[in-house]
Amino acid sequence: MTDVAAQSGNARSATPDPMAWDSRARRVVMIYLPLACFIVILLFPFYWMTITSFKPNAELLNYKEHNPFWITSPTLAHVKHLLFDTDYPRWLKTTMLVAIGSTVLSLFASTLAAYAIERLRFRGSPYVGLGIYLAYLVPPSILFIPLATVIVQFGLFDSPLALVLVYPTFLVPFCTWLLIGYFKSIPYELEECALVDGATRLQILWRITLPLAVPGLISAGIFSFTLSWNEFIYALAFIQSGANKTVPVAILTELITGDVYQWGALMAGSLLGSLPVALFYSLFVDYYVSSLTGAVKE
Amino acid sequence: MSVTTLPSRTLALRQQGWIARVFDYKPFLIVMCLTPAIGLLLVFLTYPLGLGIWLAFTDTTIGQRGIYIGLENFQYLLKDQLWWNAVFYSIFYTAVATFGKFALGFWLALLLNNHFPFKSLVRAIVLLPWIVPTVLSALAFWWIYDPQFSIISYLLVDVLHLRSTNVDFLGSPWPARFSLIAANIWRGIPFVAISLLAGLQTISPSLYEAAMLDGATAWQRFRYITFPMMMPILAIVMTFSIIFTFTDFQLVYAITRGGPVNSTHLLATLAFQRGIAGGELGEGAAIAVSMIPFLVFATLFSYFGLARRKWQQGEAND
Repeated sequence: MTDVAAQSGNARSATPDPMAWDSRARRVVMIYLPLACFIVILLFPFYWMTITSFKPNAELLNYKEHNPFWITSPTLAHVKHLLFDTDYPRWLKTTMLVAIGSTVLSLFASTLAAYAIERLRFRGSPYVGLGIYLAYLVPPSILFIPLATVIVQFGLFDSPLALVLVYPTFLVPFCTWLLIGYFKSIPYELEECALVDGATRLQILWRITLPLAVPGLISAGIFSFTLSWNEFIYALAFIQSGANKTVPVAILTELITGDVYQWGALMAGSLLGSLPVALFYSLFVDYYVSSLTGAVKE
Repeated sequence: MSVTTLPSRTLALRQQGWIARVFDYKPFLIVMCLTPAIGLLLVFLTYPLGLGIWLAFTDTTIGQRGIYIGLENFQYLLKDQLWWNAVFYSIFYTAVATFGKFALGFWLALLLNNHFPFKSLVRAIVLLPWIVPTVLSALAFWWIYDPQFSIISYLLVDVLHLRSTNVDFLGSPWPARFSLIAANIWRGIPFVAISLLAGLQTISPSLYEAAMLDGATAWQRFRYITFPMMMPILAIVMTFSIIFTFTDFQLVYAITRGGPVNSTHLLATLAFQRGIAGGELGEGAAIAVSMIPFLVFATLFSYFGLARRKWQQGEAND
């Protein structure tokens, strides 16, 4: 693998760099070569996923006659099988609805909470903020068993609604902290002016603070959407029937049948399941990076 | 909208009547604003956390309310070789994967901190493994680790002629353990790199200039400027990384499900196997609860990392 990386590294690093302050060869060895290795290794599984999805089975399982790194006769058979012979479209729809539902719910809850903690300032508001932050440190792995019994008590077992209600437990802490940071950056004077002019608190939140916090809301929204799309353990534990599963769970539990793995279909499913988040992410990549780093800096 | 025009506003207030006044009453507003978030967290986080600890002391199974049995679950676990294996592998997995992620992630962050063409594109690409659903990339790794058609084996055997037989990635305990760790490192590098890159960019270039004037070598600049300045953010990112690696579930469940012969069970996958798949909710909860001491340790680590940060950089730090 590193050998492939090295080869493409040489190809890449041939581009001249006018900003070089050091000898060019040194720069190539110290920066471009390792960077190219990193990129090749980080992207290789995606390349492999993509190429497997479009390979006919004959090529897929015969490395002697076909170069495994390329496709000679690409086929859509795996994708077709996935879309028409399985419940895949339905899983996609469920996942989409769950992700959107939990994102909207978390944004609503965390905007209000962040506003109350940062702007309504009351005695003990820092402790409420700390409490919400601590909630982020509780991983789903220690919660899923008791949560499963709670879900059963509420009669929500096997319902996507359960996921919409449960995902905010890890989304709300993150979004609240992100939004507190954004609200902090909005000058308080603006709100004071509005207060003097007689606006109510809710009007201030709706007409002044929120429009100014749109970048923060977008960051929080993207982050929530990707996290809910990717969530696995709750979806695995709370959903039983094949039709209600989310994409990650369904691919793992419904598409693997018997001992012979349908690698083409599996990889096509993985690719299609990754595409929505990848597209969404590429549209808002700056917001995403800022939310990730902003939260860490906070 | 025109919140500044006074007459129309007072009119609006009169029309809204007592509802508007209630919503402007601060304590009421605070309660209203906090209710959705706190409510969700209390019902679906705090309550289950408490319930989980209670379940760990009962013999609850699926469909049957358990009774209090004291420490019996934990006593059973202490005698259970599988639990000890899971503890060992959880710690080993966390230690090796965290080390790998931070060594490589820090390196990548340093590389990305240079000037080069298409910088923002490269940064966007680097994050891909992090945003794609873990289970789906884990499936790709499963396929890469396939005993017969592994692409790595193909490279080693047919292209480079370094080996004569295919690598058995997931068939025996130690190779399987390291294969999972490699996949975890692959997934974790982007997060570490991008977070540390944010930290690197906050270090003032004047420090490096001063050091260069004093004749510091590249290594000395890294050792005495970059590293100490990065300590606080390293501590935070590492805490998160440790917590989420230790409680990892998806990767192992997707690739090996704890096999071969239970050698790659993490505490989370063991808890799932016993608690949900096996129906022994009480025992599963006990396994989950046994992760808490490690998490508390990691959180304290984070707390002291934060405290150190304030001390190091003074007040003007946000």
